[in-house]
Amino acid sequence: MEALIQYAVYLIILVGLAIPLGAYIGKVMDGEKVFLTPVLKPCEKLVYKIMRVKEEEDMTASKYILSAVSFNVIGFVVLFLILKFQNLLPFNPEHFDGQSWHLAFNTATSFMTNTNWQAYSAENPSGGLSYFSQFMGLTVQNFVSAACGIAVLFAVIRGFVRVKQKGIGNFWADLTRTVLYILIPLCIISTVVLVARGTVQTFRGYDKVQLLEPIALDEEGNIIEGALVDRETGVVTLDGEEITAAQIVREQVVPLGPGASQISMKQLGTNGGGFFGLNSTHPFENPDAFTNLFEMIYLLLIPVALCFTFGRNVHDKRQGVAIFLAMFIMLVASLGVCAVNEQNGTPQLAQNGAVAVDATELNGYSTAGGNMEGKETRFGIATSVTWATFTTAASNGSVNSMHDSYTPLGGLVPMLLMQLGEVVFGGVGCGLYGMLAFAILAVFIAGLMVGRTPEYLGKKIEPFEMKMAVLCCLATPLVILVGSGIATLLPSTTDSLNNIGAHGLSEILYAYSSAGGNNGSAFAGFNANTPFINVSIGLVMWGARFIPMITMLLIAGSMAKKKKVAVTAGTLSTCNGLFVFLLIFVVLLIGALSFFPALSLGPIAEYFQMLQ
Amino acid sequence: MSAKKVIGKTAVLFFLMMLLTGFIYTMVMTGISQLLFRHQANGSIIEVDGVKYGSELLGQRFCDPSHLWGRIVLPDVSTYTDDEGNPLMYAWASNASPASDEQAYGEENYQDSYEAAVAERVEMIKAANPDAEMDAIPVELVTCSGSGLDPHISPAAAEYQVPRLAAENDMTEDEVREIIEKYTDGKFLGIFGEETVNVLEVNLALEGILE
Repeated sequence: MEALIQYAVYLIILVGLAIPLGAYIGKVMDGEKVFLTPVLKPCEKLVYKIMRVKEEEDMTASKYILSAVSFNVIGFVVLFLILKFQNLLPFNPEHFDGQSWHLAFNTATSFMTNTNWQAYSAENPSGGLSYFSQFMGLTVQNFVSAACGIAVLFAVIRGFVRVKQKGIGNFWADLTRTVLYILIPLCIISTVVLVARGTVQTFRGYDKVQLLEPIALDEEGNIIEGALVDRETGVVTLDGEEITAAQIVREQVVPLGPGASQISMKQLGTNGGGFFGLNSTHPFENPDAFTNLFEMIYLLLIPVALCFTFGRNVHDKRQGVAIFLAMFIMLVASLGVCAVNEQNGTPQLAQNGAVAVDATELNGYSTAGGNMEGKETRFGIATSVTWATFTTAASNGSVNSMHDSYTPLGGLVPMLLMQLGEVVFGGVGCGLYGMLAFAILAVFIAGLMVGRTPEYLGKKIEPFEMKMAVLCCLATPLVILVGSGIATLLPSTTDSLNNIGAHGLSEILYAYSSAGGNNGSAFAGFNANTPFINVSIGLVMWGARFIPMITMLLIAGSMAKKKKVAVTAGTLSTCNGLFVFLLIFVVLLIGALSFFPALSLGPIAEYFQMLQ
Repeated sequence: MSAKKVIGKTAVLFFLMMLLTGFIYTMVMTGISQLLFRHQANGSIIEVDGVKYGSELLGQRFCDPSHLWGRIVLPDVSTYTDDEGNPLMYAWASNASPASDEQAYGEENYQDSYEAAVAERVEMIKAANPDAEMDAIPVELVTCSGSGLDPHISPAAAEYQVPRLAAENDMTEDEVREIIEKYTDGKFLGIFGEETVNVLEVNLALEGILE
């Protein structure tokens, strides 16, 4: 019951904040006055002045695409060079080497495409990141890849609204406004909150602290299980007998860095790349339930708000609500399935009742119960599961529990949410424009059924739009299945697995789904830092980011040129319950059916093995 | 405007954004953090009489019967060394599947199966706590956390160990409970997250290092 209240309050806070933010973003998109205008307008003007451009300038679809794609490619090249040569750059107190070419390719692609897949652990000397790479490389891409997604969405919305026009807005202004008016103010608030609760934000090098119980190692450097070490004398005993010639580990490393400022943005921009290897499970990223609340709400805030922005700016709020409801229903259903499975745990963990997996209270003291493998005590089951559902719905990919250690069906939910094409809210901007492609598909199918030319938002859907929408919707399944198919056939892939059998296949499938959904979360037992996997996953990310972006901008350009058709009694309404149902149906039809065969060999097979 | 010119202007925009969101934003936020929240921003280190006894937020590995035990920790002692080359401890997640009963690859820490690994932990915990009053072991004690460095356990997992801690430290059970309660945090606003006991702080108090 208490858990149910927790789930409900999370959802209420989310929607409650998203509605006003949606209206605010709508004003920013149209360049209307908002309460921050007096402070920020001069900064905005300065940017245009340095660039020597006019903010009113209108771009055609092809110019918009050129600006957006070149912006991303420039970002990719700069980030690649930073990562490859970080050893020559400042702010590297731990003296980390430059990343290998394939790891740098993968990492740069990953952050440029808003995926934030991490084939490295930032604090691990092998492949790790200097502070410079973190804040001048990754933090920057966290901001601009998110802003780029939102900018493209603005252009797509304009495409639907404008009548007989050539232009769909100005990419430079859209991007600048998004960063200045939306992202930076929200990040400042959250950084202060996070640091106040214990998220690190410093330029000091890694610290060292004493271990209260030093650890004894044998000659090979392996831990001597059960050995006790006297802190003062250094005497090692095992079952009462003294051991000589043991090496003693006396200290723990404390990784630090300018974390909070980057973590705020990674959550807000559906980026999700952890400042530390284990992401928001790490106590230095996410110290308690309060920071978790902030990070988790930030994670879905903009994607949800954009649904309401959409309704406002196409001058029909019901259109936005319809899209929101279709997404929200899928989100709540996923949350339910995941929550039940994780709270039930597994027979392997329950040990015939020796371990209390079915209790949330013992002798009057609370415990999380359920499957706590890979989950933090402070988050328990409810908060971990809500995050897992939010993060994969929202193409964020940060984690506050390890998805690799979920129960078979609990782990299927995050995977499926990514495979649906990241349209259950999805990434900032890209989730909604992806969903609009599905909406076009839905009106087309409905149009076929009633024998009318399909229309959406008063614009006729013609062969060109249909081709582009289909390409957009099929991009995700295509890149995931081709990528994981090739990976499964290569014998070397098995070396990367942490588990074999059905769970091993789940690990591969999850990795490519994560890349294909531009999500970035992982079944982290999978060792992704090999040349083949780095490059193939990198290519999947490029495809999953740019195919939808370009196709939707082309649709926008073509839509803007069209005239509006009058609404008649025969027009299919795109804001009633029937359309919401139809939209969900089309998303599931394409997403779930493409993946059902693969899922049945992975998580579903694993579920039946578990029951044996 | 030619394509070359468009790309040129876009490049200027990128470097402006790099300056703003990378350099200026990070420096300002670090400055504010160091001014207002120096302790938290630098890792919440517990320092008593000049000795750094750990971070409030990073778990350690405990197996001494006189200490409160935390989550299962898989220590990594091969990745980090200090300036003299001595190994330093860190930890990562297990990423074990709680359902798969097949042998795991790689890490030596793993048993034949997840089930066998948990069974072994159950035996060890039962043997160390013969006087425990609970019928079943709280799940936090037999599982590895998400970060590998979870600093907390649940109140039930702490209570389970009270009889042992009292006997090993020559205290009454109520004295032990008092210490545990002092380092227990409730849910945020009574709703969010879970109740937590900070394992390192309890142990520092049991040793008399923290008052």
